[in-house]
Parts: sequence; structure tokens; C-alpha cells
Amino acid sequence: MSNSQLRPMHIWLRPIAVWVALVLLGLASLISAYLPLNAFNTPLNLAIAGIMVILLWLFLMDLIGSDALVRLIAVAGLVWLSFMFALTFSDYFSRTCEDQPGRPPAFCVDQNIGRGGF
Amino acid sequence: MSDAATALREPWPDLDRQRDGVLVGIWLFIASEVLFFGALLLGYAVYRALYPEAFRIAGAETEVFYGSVNLLLLLTSSVTMTIAVDASRHGMRRTVIACLALTMLLGAAFLMFKGLEYSADIAKGLFPGAHFPLQPPQTQLFWGLYWVMTGVHAIHLAIGIAIVGVFALILWRRLLPIESPAMLGVATYWHFVDTVWIILFPLLYLVDRS
Repeated sequence: MSNSQLRPMHIWLRPIAVWVALVLLGLASLISAYLPLNAFNTPLNLAIAGIMVILLWLFLMDLIGSDALVRLIAVAGLVWLSFMFALTFSDYFSRTCEDQPGRPPAFCVDQNIGRGGF
Repeated sequence: MSDAATALREPWPDLDRQRDGVLVGIWLFIASEVLFFGALLLGYAVYRALYPEAFRIAGAETEVFYGSVNLLLLLTSSVTMTIAVDASRHGMRRTVIACLALTMLLGAAFLMFKGLEYSADIAKGLFPGAHFPLQPPQTQLFWGLYWVMTGVHAIHLAIGIAIVGVFALILWRRLLPIESPAMLGVATYWHFVDTVWIILFPLLYLVDRS
């Protein structure tokens, strides 16, 4: 149901329900950061942040009730962003240890494979 | 002529189409902003992948209290902004102006806490340079990104407060009808600024807290 179809009394209900969900998720993110989950702390925090953004975009920015063209533009920005991340990391993760001083050796490409590839 | 009728502008046949036009325009702008902030986030991701230990040490020094309070303030401001948008569609003039004023106040409170946080950071000497207190040197990369990302976000928020303030004044003086679809553009920009903080919060404030 789009916002224009809501009755005046209902204009308070959906935003406040979403606010409660967002605050609880923010609190969950904060609390989970103090749990000893080691390598899973950051992925969990980012996953919660992703859910919060989806809630915000769908229900407060009303993408759920928007025209398909608007949704397409919103997704397009994220698609181009994913290309930028994928292409950049494909470069950095294929470099050798000599090219990246200070980087943990476990994450470097063997120099015999990494050099002369292009 | 009703307020809704005066809100309609050329070349739109009706207010719903005019709202779609506003949304297409503001979302195109938001898509460009996604890439702008995305470049900063990409820089953060690359350096964090390269120097995880330095980012762990540097991230533990941020003020999680201020970051959390500011998250709560911006989430709440997004709700007041949404209520303003919905109220405008029903011609609820006083609710719209009150919610816009509340949104501005919450944004201003965010900037106040951000100022207190910056003050605490500077007192600890956490500004990249010759006398930076943390080691290894790559910790300065985290703090360089911290200042740029939070600074650019604060500038966006300050612009948002100004836009909301001017728009509320325009509505209060009845220079635009309360049903004006321009409200959607203002609100979408505001929500985007909130979105950026939701992403920055775990990246800057929740690093190595366990």
C-alpha cells in the first residue's frame, strides 16, 4: 500500500514501527560488537547495517510504493558500486607481497604467479 | 483553488506523476552520491584488508558513545521526516512544519555531539601527522579516513539542515502549498544522509570492541 492511500491516523504507525525495528537492530549491532565472535564481528555488524538500510529505503524512503523506474535507479547506484569494489579488489588481491609492504603474507599472491600475468 | 491544485506544476498532468518526477530526479542524485561515498568506503575496505591489525588498534580509539547517540538521533530524525512527508499528503500543515522543525533539531543535535566527539579526538591527538600517538604508522590511514568520511557526512548533514529549514520556512510563509511534491526530494536526501551514517557506524565505531 503506498503512502498516499494511508489514512491520517496511520501516518504515525508505520514510521514508528520501522523506527522501533531500526533502533533494536542498532542496539543488536552495538551489543554484538562486544561479543567475542572474532572474525564474525564485522560481517555481522555489516549484515545488520545492510538490513537497516533496506528497511530505511523500503519503508521510510518508500521505495516499496515507488514507481519501477525509481527503484531501478536506486538499484543502479548499488550495481555500479559493486562493480567498483569487484574490480578494485581483483587488483589488490592479486598483487604480490613485495608490492604491498606490511600486508600479512597469508593474503599475498605467490610472486611467481603474481608477476608477469598481464 | 485548493492547495493540492496549486502544487501541480507544468508539464505534469497530476500530482502523482509530479511526485514520480521529483523522485526520479532525487534518486539520480542519490545514485551519484552512492558512488561518491562508495569511493571512500572502498578506500577503507582496501586499507583494512591490507592492514587489519593497524585498523584494529586504530578503531578501538573511536568514541562509541557519541557514535551510538548520533545513530539514534539520525534514525529518529528519519522518522520525523517520514511523518512530515505523509502528513503533507493529507494537508496536515501544523504536523508537517512541526516535524520538519523537529528533524532540524535532531540534525543539529547530531552536529553538536559530533563537535564534542571531534574535541575528544583532538584532545587525544588522533589527527594524522608527525605526532600521531598510535603505532604502527598505518593506524593513521584509519584516522585519515575517519576524519574525511565523518567530515564529509557532517557537511552533507549541515546542508540537509539548511534545506529542511528553508523548506519549512517556505511552507510556513505559504510560498508553496503544503502538498508540494518538493517535500519528497528534501526527505529522500535526508534519509540518504541517515543511510550513510548507518554504514559508517559499524565501520568506524564497532571495530575491535570484543
